[in-house]
Amino acid sequence: MELFNNLVLGFSVALTLQNLWFCFIGCFLGTLIGVLPGIGPLATIAMLLPITFNVPPVSALIMLAGIYYGAQYGGSTTAILVNLPGETSAVVTCLDGYQMARQGRAGPALAIAAIGSFFAGTVCTMIIALFGPPIAEMALKFGAPEYFSLMMMGLVTAAVLAHGDMIKSLAMVCLGLLLGVVGTDVNSGMARYSFGVAELTDGIGFIVIAVGVFALSEIISNLGDKEERSVFTKRVTGLWPTWPDLKASFGAILRGTAIGAFFGVLPGTGPAIASFSSYMVEKKLAKDPSRFGKGAIEGVAGPESANNADAQCKFIPTLTLGIPASAVMALMLGALTIQGIAPGPQVMTQKPDLFWGLIASMWIGNAMLVILNLPLIGLWVSLLKVPYRILFPCIMAFSAIGIYSVNNSSFEIYLTAFFGVVGFLWLRFEMQPAPMLLGFVLGPLMEENLRRALLISRGDATVFLTRPISLSFVIATVLILIVMGIPAIRAKREQITD
Amino acid sequence: MQDSSASTQGGEGMKIPLMDNKNFLSGLFFIGTGGLGIFMAQDYPMGTALRMGPGYFPIVLSGMLILFGIYCLIQGLLKPEKLPGNWSPRALLILPIATVVFGLLMEHAGFIPALVALVFISAYAGDEFKFTEVLLMTVGLVVGSWALFIWGLGLPYPLIVGY
Repeated sequence: MELFNNLVLGFSVALTLQNLWFCFIGCFLGTLIGVLPGIGPLATIAMLLPITFNVPPVSALIMLAGIYYGAQYGGSTTAILVNLPGETSAVVTCLDGYQMARQGRAGPALAIAAIGSFFAGTVCTMIIALFGPPIAEMALKFGAPEYFSLMMMGLVTAAVLAHGDMIKSLAMVCLGLLLGVVGTDVNSGMARYSFGVAELTDGIGFIVIAVGVFALSEIISNLGDKEERSVFTKRVTGLWPTWPDLKASFGAILRGTAIGAFFGVLPGTGPAIASFSSYMVEKKLAKDPSRFGKGAIEGVAGPESANNADAQCKFIPTLTLGIPASAVMALMLGALTIQGIAPGPQVMTQKPDLFWGLIASMWIGNAMLVILNLPLIGLWVSLLKVPYRILFPCIMAFSAIGIYSVNNSSFEIYLTAFFGVVGFLWLRFEMQPAPMLLGFVLGPLMEENLRRALLISRGDATVFLTRPISLSFVIATVLILIVMGIPAIRAKREQITD
Repeated sequence: MQDSSASTQGGEGMKIPLMDNKNFLSGLFFIGTGGLGIFMAQDYPMGTALRMGPGYFPIVLSGMLILFGIYCLIQGLLKPEKLPGNWSPRALLILPIATVVFGLLMEHAGFIPALVALVFISAYAGDEFKFTEVLLMTVGLVVGSWALFIWGLGLPYPLIVGY
């Protein structure tokens, strides 16, 4: 019954006029940027973080979350109509979705993507509501050694499962941790890596790095890619899937949701891995696998459910443990911190309205997206005709104003320009910025917990191995490293993520 | 001359200049950053494992960064891979400049000049620059962001300094 009471509390928060409005703005913006290739949820959330200063924490998080899962919906629209993934998670949807569109079945493809996503969203909202509290309760008993090992496990999995070279991603984690060191050391009061600049003694702004690397560098890199975009402008008619369509999709949606929820809890895996795995499963299970790639509706239903389930379940480690499972989640934690709320298991007990309000809003948001997406398809399609040369100066303007407004300081603007250039080098050398951002967010926490852990053990480093929970995290970390280090598995994984 | 359309995998007998060698350059970057990290942290007290000083964590991290860097460097030399795709030196130069100019003008000239300069300079980074289009876009952005940030959120920036 407690679950029921909690959900009632959540809906009473999420259904206030103000929060419904923020949920709507989030979903709308999310769909918008999801539809547009070249701008993702990361850059958008980073740009909008400063605006959320003046908004109550619940409303801010509801809006930011809406942007995040809304982008998954929008991405599939572009994939189906233009054969171009609006978001990386929609790559797989291009395969069969676009073929369906070419056969004049764009409507059912879009509808089944929306239905699948809605189903996955509903199930995952329930999963978070059911499993969130016990996980948080367990995490409340964690001491410094457990936290340190847990964060290490999170960072290692994030690096290892991220797209691209494993060693480079591990190095990027270290780089992020090191960037997190910049600023005044809380224990000794010493300014570290401040280069004698007064502004740097407060540390590098989280938003500065996020916008520099995920907005500015992205634009620089996109402008180098000369790729023609042709919009599939045929009118979308006949939205509703037929009965056989629905019957064929039913199993795919169930399996996709399960696969997505599984990958969702793992740190570092993007929604792309979940949707690809779901596609492979559907193809394996199909009676006639040759239909795939030629417009099989299961090939849209499964992956679309999977990527939405993944996106939503990423909130579990983020909200219950305070450990971000992806770069977007790191931004969400950043938003919490900006609002003066320390992320961690205590959020659920100390701010139940925040936790349950957010959960309830996700369900409402998913329903909104179905309503928003299908009738507005025409609007989204016309948006696709906006050329990038108009889009990118707008992103530049919003990023710059957003960053300036954090501290009203030009120094942060210059620092953003710096990270824009460095971030471009990272992209060019194929060094993944996402693990860096996770490291940057967790850096100060990790150092603090390492210090505390060694203090309570009187300097004995085996403390991480003698406490059972900590030991299990360490073992899991080592196992992940070993398994992913096996060449055959790595090769398979590269196939998937490429 | 090297064939620019060659695959990213360094095939046999194909030479990739070090400046185009992806992993070699990544390695250099990591080693350089790690080196800088250690160099700057020299004066931070290390402390003991029991009571860690401010130098402990950064020095360990910098050391790991250098080790990873050496691995990437060697990988790059053994299995050279070419840098991917095209890039635009124009965008790399112009966009950071536009950002910095925005910062300068925000402090000394006001919100409108800063935003106009940012949009105009940024637009130069693309392949096409259509004056009327950029002008319209600038007007739209100035009005829109005035409405959102200054009127809506009440941020205290002078539109033009002195007025």
